[in-house]
Amino acid sequence: MASITLSDVRKVYPGGVEAVRGVSLDIADGEMVVLVGPSGCGKSTLLRMIAGLETISAGTVAIGGRVVNELEPAARDIAMVFQNYALYPHMSVRQNLAYGLKNRGTPAAEIARRIDAAAAILEIAPFLDRRPGQLSGGQRQRVAMGRAIVREPAAFLFDEPLSNLDAKLRVQMRVEIRRLQRSLATTSVYVTHDQLEAMTLADRLVVLNGGRIEQVGTPIELYEKPATSFVAAFIGSPAMNLLPAVRNGEAVTLPGGGKVAAALGPEVATLGIRPEDLVPGRRDDAAFTAELTVAAVELVGAESYVHGTTPEGGELVFRVAGRSAIAPGEGMMVSASAEALHRFGTEGRRLG
Amino acid sequence: MSRVVFPARVLPYLLLSPQIAITAVFFYWPASQALWQSVLREDPFGLKTTFVGLANFRSVLADPNYLQSARVTVVFSVATALLAMAAALWLASAAERVVRGRGLYRTLLIWPYAVAPAVAGMLWLFMFNPAMGTFAYMLRRAGYNWDPLLDPGQAMTMVVVAAAWKQISYNFLFFVAAMQSIPRSLIEAAAIDGAGSTKRFWTIVLPLIAPTTFFLLVVNTVYAFFDTFGIIHAVTGGGPARATETLVYKVYNDGFVHLSLGSSAAQSVILMAIVILLTAIQFRFVERRVHYG
Ligand SMILES: Nc1ncnc2c1ncn2[C@@H]1O[C@H](COP(=O)(O)OP(=O)(O)OP(=O)(O)O)[C@@H](O)[C@H]1O
Ligand SMILES: [Mg+2]
Repeated sequence: MASITLSDVRKVYPGGVEAVRGVSLDIADGEMVVLVGPSGCGKSTLLRMIAGLETISAGTVAIGGRVVNELEPAARDIAMVFQNYALYPHMSVRQNLAYGLKNRGTPAAEIARRIDAAAAILEIAPFLDRRPGQLSGGQRQRVAMGRAIVREPAAFLFDEPLSNLDAKLRVQMRVEIRRLQRSLATTSVYVTHDQLEAMTLADRLVVLNGGRIEQVGTPIELYEKPATSFVAAFIGSPAMNLLPAVRNGEAVTLPGGGKVAAALGPEVATLGIRPEDLVPGRRDDAAFTAELTVAAVELVGAESYVHGTTPEGGELVFRVAGRSAIAPGEGMMVSASAEALHRFGTEGRRLG
Repeated sequence: MSRVVFPARVLPYLLLSPQIAITAVFFYWPASQALWQSVLREDPFGLKTTFVGLANFRSVLADPNYLQSARVTVVFSVATALLAMAAALWLASAAERVVRGRGLYRTLLIWPYAVAPAVAGMLWLFMFNPAMGTFAYMLRRAGYNWDPLLDPGQAMTMVVVAAAWKQISYNFLFFVAAMQSIPRSLIEAAAIDGAGSTKRFWTIVLPLIAPTTFFLLVVNTVYAFFDTFGIIHAVTGGGPARATETLVYKVYNDGFVHLSLGSSAAQSVILMAIVILLTAIQFRFVERRVHYG
């Protein structure tokens, strides 16, 4: 059990790629922090610097109050779960789990006890004598988790551990990882680019963009009050509607579509509305209204996403419960209340 | 892979024919000649040939010189294969750690493979010749009594080193490729699991490159048995006192120098049988212990 503290951590790869540009973050003991961001934003690099697999160009990483910059991965008391699982193919599952303990001189009886405990939690007991090549993807994933658990480390590091699984298994493992992390209360850093995974797993979510932190907060904070238009677009599915605002003297118009009744203020560059905040029909108290021609309706089960275009050519998505009666080609009005509007300035920063 | 079915009956044989022709001319023909020769005895002037059955084999196997040569071959082959593979493995794992100039390092290590065996032999002969070799001079200056022309052990050491040196490049190439095919994350996982670089080498890298090691073991053994004639010929000529006369060298010596063709042919037939047996044993017993990815 330990906290992890990153202070102005930077990474410049040989060749000059600045992968991480000054990240500071405090991860509390027992907390699960999820690093999320688009491909190439430096998530893996940051995680690997914590693990000790990548040198730290500047700044410090501390685990449990101890600066670990110069320590070997083995000396950092962390365990990592890799995207490709990285199980030793020539060893049985049992040997895979025992390897890290043996290397640290754990007594055989203790190794056996921990393997049995982990095998029971992860339901891998029937496969202990098989080789990784004889397991399914989901079973390998469990073994990889088991290898991390038996070590009883100060922190777990996950680098997209579920991205090689099919959708159903991914949901199942996601729930399981969450439950496991809660019950073990081990500090965890989890990297993913799947925002749904990020939202459901995180105690706190860190959105990275271009090697910098865009925003840190609980998933719900990020969802309800995205600090930047980048976070607004990244978190949530379908993504938030972002409409560029064009100043026309005193008035502000949205060439993307719609009328804005509420005063937007002069600094607003982008207006954001979540798909679930747009409701069909015109309302008198609406702060935003737009006229749409329905382009497509996606039924995803419990709800439908309606994609529409405004006469000006802007695109809007909104959400309706259940099977929608709306048909493509139909014309309709949508509106949103004042509280539902997210306003972003010219730099993409949230206003108010 | 799906099986390709040729519509014509002739085409497959046509496609195989160059390979079959080459094998026939360079293997089956000489091999059958050797088999035929091995049951004949020719007089010293080549005037009369008589059929003698297995007499050549009996005399060869009863010859103490032949048994001595077999012992020499075992020592030479085991030492050469081990040295060539161990050195190549060490160099390959060192090359993995090099960050800058990795390509250059590899290229330089591959060059010896392009050197002809006799030239390689001459190279080592010049370096270690007691009369003119630079290294021989240095060894003697260091107080070591270096004289491979008289000392059988030193002569053996010299041919083993020369023969192994020639094969290191080849082994190195295969070991490097094998090590590169190990996913980096496995090595990283082992590092996190508390294994230092030596431990990782023995417990992760070595088991994972076992298929390559096994393949090289077969290749190197066959190399040491058959392909080292040029080196031995150039470095020691089988001496001193037959101390480095391997079976292949003896075939040449008896057949082409002493012109005892029947005996020489019988020896090559035995040699052929030994190599077939050796390869079969290796595939049967060693391969079982090898884990393939
Ligand atoms: N070994 C390396 N040498 C040079 N540049 C690298 C190296 N590894 C990563 N990079 C660069 O650093 C940046 C961040 O890479 P990183 O792997 O951390 O991205 P990521 O956020 O994990 O992306 P993904 O979601 O695709 O895994 C990228 O621009 C990448 O090209
Ligand atoms: Mg990554």
